[in-house]
Amino acid sequence: MAAQRKLTGFYTGLVVIAVIGAGALWLARRSGQGTGPQVVDPAPAGAPGSFEGYVQGSDSAPVTIIEYADFECPACMQFAVLTGPDIKRRLVETGRVRWIFRDFPIEGHRNSMPAHLAAACADEQGRFWEMHDQLFFNHRRWVLESRPERRIRDLARAIGLDEKRFNECLSSARYRDRILATRQIGVERGVSSTPTFEVNNLRVTGSLGFDSLRALVDRLAPPPQ
Amino acid sequence: MVGAALALAGLFVSLYLWLWKIGLLGVLACGDGGCETVQLSSYASLFGIPVAFFGVVGYAAMLAVALAGLHGGAAARAWPTTALLALSGAGVAFTAYLTYLEAAIIHAWCRWCVVSGCIVTLIFAAALVGFRRRSWLAVSREP
Repeated sequence: MAAQRKLTGFYTGLVVIAVIGAGALWLARRSGQGTGPQVVDPAPAGAPGSFEGYVQGSDSAPVTIIEYADFECPACMQFAVLTGPDIKRRLVETGRVRWIFRDFPIEGHRNSMPAHLAAACADEQGRFWEMHDQLFFNHRRWVLESRPERRIRDLARAIGLDEKRFNECLSSARYRDRILATRQIGVERGVSSTPTFEVNNLRVTGSLGFDSLRALVDRLAPPPQ
Repeated sequence: MVGAALALAGLFVSLYLWLWKIGLLGVLACGDGGCETVQLSSYASLFGIPVAFFGVVGYAAMLAVALAGLHGGAAARAWPTTALLALSGAGVAFTAYLTYLEAAIIHAWCRWCVVSGCIVTLIFAAALVGFRRRSWLAVSREP
């Protein structure tokens, strides 16, 4: 009788663990769709001469999206690979969105800074977005390297950069301060994880799907009928 | 009983990592991104199957065996004790290999993998205690 009671108590405990576990998974699935939008002050234009970020799209687009991202961050890679191409083709190239990429290298990500420097050096030759895509689409090739520079130079070669100029720029690390200053802007605006997006005055985080971002854009600027 | 409760907890941890790996969860609650670095590395799959799925199968098997050990007489409980010891021992060995990869090769720590490692180690310890107790009881019953 006592043994039976003990077993009943044990199975009750197992059911409690199962309910807690299933509930946690359900919550994780819900929050995994990205956080709900949070209203923030629109990003200021910035001091004259300060770096706005890497821009693509029309200046007259009704919606501006600022992405704070880290090249080493897997969620940023996931977003760039899965959602990025749709964003570019269906929102940026159609003139609905002006897209700004801002450096947000996370402390502790040891290969982030070389990657952000490489992107800045590619920008010197007008190829930031090509290097952006190379870094994210070839993430595995450099992200676990103890010395990622060699792999990154391969990527620069693949997009046809002037290697001598690129290597000199990368070695000099001359954009380091600008990258850190851009990161600081994000920190001061309350960015604490990557990727974070400011869609006009709405902030969302996480590796969002295309439909989630488009819904926000539609809300701020309904598409032409 | 301890083994079954721990196996159920481990099952949910590995389910969480596996569901993320197959794209059903958007962001891992991991703090510094270490879980994603580990989960996206080339070591996160074995024979094309996500490592986390091996965890799901392993913990499910441990749970089933631990529950089987709660029923029947002493003789009927002997094989589940041995099976739980073998399964959790294999789990500890596999976890040790994965921990080595995190420390020496990937240079990133997946907190949920560490939690899973602790759970499987505790199951192994509980199974070892049960096995030794059963062996001792068997010896003491001999005429």
